[in-house]
Amino acid sequence: MRHFGFAALLSLLTVSANALELEESRSYPAEAAASELRILSTADVEIFEPIILAFQSENPGVAIQYDVASSAQVMRGLYEEGAEYDLALSSAMDLQIKLANDGLAQSYSSPITERLPDWATWHDQVFAFTQEPTVLVISKAAFQNTPVPHSRSALIELLRTRPETFDGKVGTYDVRVSGAGYLFATQDSRNSENFWQLTEVMGRLNARLYCCSGQMIRDVADGTLAVAYNVLGSYAQSQLADNPGIEIVEMDDYVSVMLRSAVIPVTARSVADSGAMIDFLASLSTRPDLAAQTGLPPVEKLRPDEAPERRPIRLGPGLLVFLDKMRRETFLRSWTSSMEQR
Amino acid sequence: MKLRNPTGSIRRRLVVQLGLIAALLSVAFFLAIRVVAEGAATDTQDNILAASATSIAEAVYSDSGEVRLELPYSAITMLSTVSEDRVFYRVLVDGQTLTGYDDLILPQGRRGPAFDTFEYRGEDLRAVRVTRMLSVQDQPRQVEVVVGQTRLGLSAISSRITTNAVAIGTVFFLVATALSFFAAQNAMQPLDHLAQAVARRGPNDLRPVTAATPAELVPLVGGLNGFMGRLSQALTRSEDLITEAAHRVRTPLATVRTQAEVIHRKMKHPSNKKALREMIRAVDESSRSAGQLLDHAMVTFRSDQLERQSISAADLLRDVVDRLQPTAELKDIQVTLDLPSEPVSVQGDAILLQNAVRNVLDNAIKYSPVDSDIAVRLEADTQCRMAFIDQGRGFGQADLAQLTARFSRGSNVDDVVGSGLGLTIADDVARAHGGALDITSNTEGPGACVTLVLPLS
Repeated sequence: MRHFGFAALLSLLTVSANALELEESRSYPAEAAASELRILSTADVEIFEPIILAFQSENPGVAIQYDVASSAQVMRGLYEEGAEYDLALSSAMDLQIKLANDGLAQSYSSPITERLPDWATWHDQVFAFTQEPTVLVISKAAFQNTPVPHSRSALIELLRTRPETFDGKVGTYDVRVSGAGYLFATQDSRNSENFWQLTEVMGRLNARLYCCSGQMIRDVADGTLAVAYNVLGSYAQSQLADNPGIEIVEMDDYVSVMLRSAVIPVTARSVADSGAMIDFLASLSTRPDLAAQTGLPPVEKLRPDEAPERRPIRLGPGLLVFLDKMRRETFLRSWTSSMEQR
Repeated sequence: MKLRNPTGSIRRRLVVQLGLIAALLSVAFFLAIRVVAEGAATDTQDNILAASATSIAEAVYSDSGEVRLELPYSAITMLSTVSEDRVFYRVLVDGQTLTGYDDLILPQGRRGPAFDTFEYRGEDLRAVRVTRMLSVQDQPRQVEVVVGQTRLGLSAISSRITTNAVAIGTVFFLVATALSFFAAQNAMQPLDHLAQAVARRGPNDLRPVTAATPAELVPLVGGLNGFMGRLSQALTRSEDLITEAAHRVRTPLATVRTQAEVIHRKMKHPSNKKALREMIRAVDESSRSAGQLLDHAMVTFRSDQLERQSISAADLLRDVVDRLQPTAELKDIQVTLDLPSEPVSVQGDAILLQNAVRNVLDNAIKYSPVDSDIAVRLEADTQCRMAFIDQGRGFGQADLAQLTARFSRGSNVDDVVGSGLGLTIADDVARAHGGALDITSNTEGPGACVTLVLPLS
């Protein structure tokens, strides 16, 4: 990785030239670059880099520009500002669907995308390539003498009965700022009758609210939090080695599974490269080494008996419902009043 | 109606016409399936759209003077259960957009849900508008909900329907064509039966056709039977006429000849005797000519409907030689029969063959000088050969091929009574039996050699 210094220099230029608020930007030049693939993604460079390098070793003629932004920024850039990217990779399924539904995505089809499970594609425009469950992350220290809850009702029960232990030590997404948090919360509200009860209980315990999974995990690891609810399992998994104090708990009642997906924006120029990258991502399940390296669980066909509690969030216009401004307003109002009972 | 192609096959015409009808019906069938099925598919989409819009309209509520909407999850997912179509919605209160896509066009219509199809964001959209009145703080407010959906699912259904309709239409056409082929075959069967029944008949079978025939063929069979009846009568009549004529001509001539002979013997004056001899000669000529003419008529008549039976050639020759023995003896002619030891049989009409052999031998006797020999030889190799060799004057310079023509005689025979029909009769009979009459000069001396060649049975 000799070219990193050069890449960093380039990235500085890119950031300043772009109207988008980029968090990170890195270039991966190719020796005989015939084309450039510009990716706008919500995944951190560190996580995604192995995939880019593996892709480039198979497609040596493609230079890659990898820009990282929040899902809201990705949406704003593509939806409102017409930012020019060849591929949008985002964990915000609802926003990806909105791009496709509102006609801001291009269609693509190949034998590889045809092999994806039905629930992993929509309209030949949105292609899921990971399935990342949401989990409960607990601090081993806090649960030394306490049974670990494996369902939402058990969690509610535990939080209710032990307010002194958990006051100020429960963390979850601030759904007002986190797109992923909002997606998980709205899916919870559809899937579980306990969701509002759980929100109230967490509100009463002065739950800490976070923008991102990473910070939540770090806070669990250092003991600031005893429990973090609705954390992205893939992130937690990748942090597990560095933070031996945490434990990942998958719920038994149901697990929302988020699908990280790829969309080719209408502004894309090297569509052939975008398609090649989508094919590469869609066949991630055939490269277990890459999956392990990135911690991104690839999309695989689930047998119904295998994990009945795992519910992939359904790609489709249903996701537009919670993007409706009035519905969002109502939801946030209820959520805020439950969470902030001061 | 005038037939365009009077010689064309009825069966083919029937198959082609039925096939064309089947093709027309198949196309009509295909179009009907498409129209009905696509109408049904559009109705289905319209119904779901209306249900979605209605459930959104129902979810509009007023909250302390404010109109609010909690967009029902199912209202949108019900549109995307089957297809992956894009979905758009817009909710208006008193003409002001409350939420949704505020550039979505409103389908127009007065009563009930209004439907419309238009292009929106690059694709055809089927949209519905549903209206509902809501009372907000005693003020009526008009809520309009528009829900639109692209038509990919519909066109997928449509292409599936088209594929199925084409398949059904094709199968229908093929089955109908096959059936019409069988129907034509079946319809033509009585005609084939009739044709076979008529073709199977022997040459003399002129009985009326009695096989059961369908009503349409009754006039044809009636006509055929009437025709055959007349033909049968005509044939019987001409056969009778020939026999009658032979009898009526020969008998008086024989009487005249006998009387003339008697008178001749009584005559003393040489000039009278000569005149009478001329007369006898003329009578002989007439009698012979009449006989041969009748023979020829009989040959012509019978050749058309040859009766074939197995005949022993040796018996035939022996019989004819016996019959003509008296005539030969009058001229002191010795007829010798040379027959092979093994039997030779030919297939043919006994009367005709006898006629032919008699005429050839009669000819030979007639043209042979007094006190000569006639050899009759029967040989059989691949064919049956009956040779008649005389020691007469032969055929002179006459073209041998011309001799068998009707009324043709050799150039050197003016002093002998003859009609020129004898060899013609023999030749006709030989031809009718698939054989030939060979006429050559005698290689072993003076005279001629006439050979009747017939196929062996």
